[in-house]
Amino acid sequence: MELIHLFPLLEIGDPGLRFLAAGFAMAAGGFAPAVAIGLLVGKAMEALGRNPEAQPVIQTNMILGIAFAEAIAIYALVVAVMIGFVF
Amino acid sequence: MRRFKGLAIGLAVLILVLVGFLFLRSPKPIIELKAETVTSIGPFKVTNTYITSWIVIIFISLFAYAATRRMSLVPRGIQNLFEAIIEAIYNLVTNTAGEKHARRFFPVVATFFLYVAISNWFGLLPLFATVGKVEEIGAHEAAFHEKGVVIDEVAGLNVIMPAADDVELPKTVTLPDGTVADVSADSPVEVKQLAIDEAKKEAGVSEDQKIGVLIPFFRSVNTDINGPLALAVWSAIFVEFWGISTHGFFRYGRKFFNVGRLLHGKIVDGFIDAFVGILEFVAELARLVSFTFRLFGNIFAGEILFLVVIFLLPLVALQVVYFMELFVGAIQAFIFGMLTLVFGIIAVSAPHGESEGQ
Repeated sequence: MELIHLFPLLEIGDPGLRFLAAGFAMAAGGFAPAVAIGLLVGKAMEALGRNPEAQPVIQTNMILGIAFAEAIAIYALVVAVMIGFVF
Repeated sequence: MRRFKGLAIGLAVLILVLVGFLFLRSPKPIIELKAETVTSIGPFKVTNTYITSWIVIIFISLFAYAATRRMSLVPRGIQNLFEAIIEAIYNLVTNTAGEKHARRFFPVVATFFLYVAISNWFGLLPLFATVGKVEEIGAHEAAFHEKGVVIDEVAGLNVIMPAADDVELPKTVTLPDGTVADVSADSPVEVKQLAIDEAKKEAGVSEDQKIGVLIPFFRSVNTDINGPLALAVWSAIFVEFWGISTHGFFRYGRKFFNVGRLLHGKIVDGFIDAFVGILEFVAELARLVSFTFRLFGNIFAGEILFLVVIFLLPLVALQVVYFMELFVGAIQAFIFGMLTLVFGIIAVSAPHGESEGQ
């Protein structure tokens, strides 16, 4: 396989590039869910501060929302692990 | 003495960190995505996650049997514990679903919750991922391992010593007659043997050591993608069943294939309805994927985290990871049960616009 030299140590087609791909997949895919979970918990805290009596309801629904947001980050993690260890 | 307490604790932690880092590190983790086959019964391959799932089922059944044997009106002992758990889940289901549907949803939701929670926690027991059989590197066709660790033999048992070296098979090997051959799963036996000998020589392996891979006998059930996939499929089957048994097949199907308005002549509204229906159908399918990957990703990532942490900093950082895994296992079980419940509630509720008096 022809390797095109970019920099002294990096070539296109370098088999080590897949680790870079794995890291990048996880970094890019973990950013938005983190922001989403932060916003979600922030809003839940606000609602809790306004109405502390509704704590079980707010907490249950917050955890449900966090599960949905975290699932996207988990998809990115699975892709990263597959790139790094399977392919 | 009181002002030395902080100092003593700090010193103890430092000693534990050093002891762990210097003496107790595991070899570099070899992470396997598929569940490994332990034995075969005829054409059926028994994997380690399959064995674990049966152990979990037997454990839950024994627990239920012990709790319901000689029941008394005032509960004591195991019956008390079981009743507390069941009552907590039942209250949760009733608060979310309302009295009318709670009894119908409760068995399925509680089963998902208990099964997923107990199988996640079983993965934290000491025997998991550490005790198994050894398969040598590059030897079998069915399980061709390219990387392995150096395994010593101590008193008849194969033991992986702390900080053992990890060895990789060379990719190509030069045969005695000068040709260069690739080493892969379907290379001839002599090529593979040459590769193994070369790897052993390079790693400095002595006579009573082997290079191989540990195949654990037990592995947490949800680290194999088939486990969460099966649970997700059954969750979808139950949600559809609840919807159809409440509404009838055609009325429930009208939620997804809404061609009523289209056939009556309103073109634009009809197309919008049909399109929304198709989107809902696709969302149902996407739920299968999302359930599977949520549970699989969380538990598999936890297992990888364990392996990496005992490679990097055992004894101290491991406690933090262990606590997080306990928590995550319980939370994922809760989420699986609750999402099944929520989608069931959506399925049995009236379709859009029907009860709004048209």
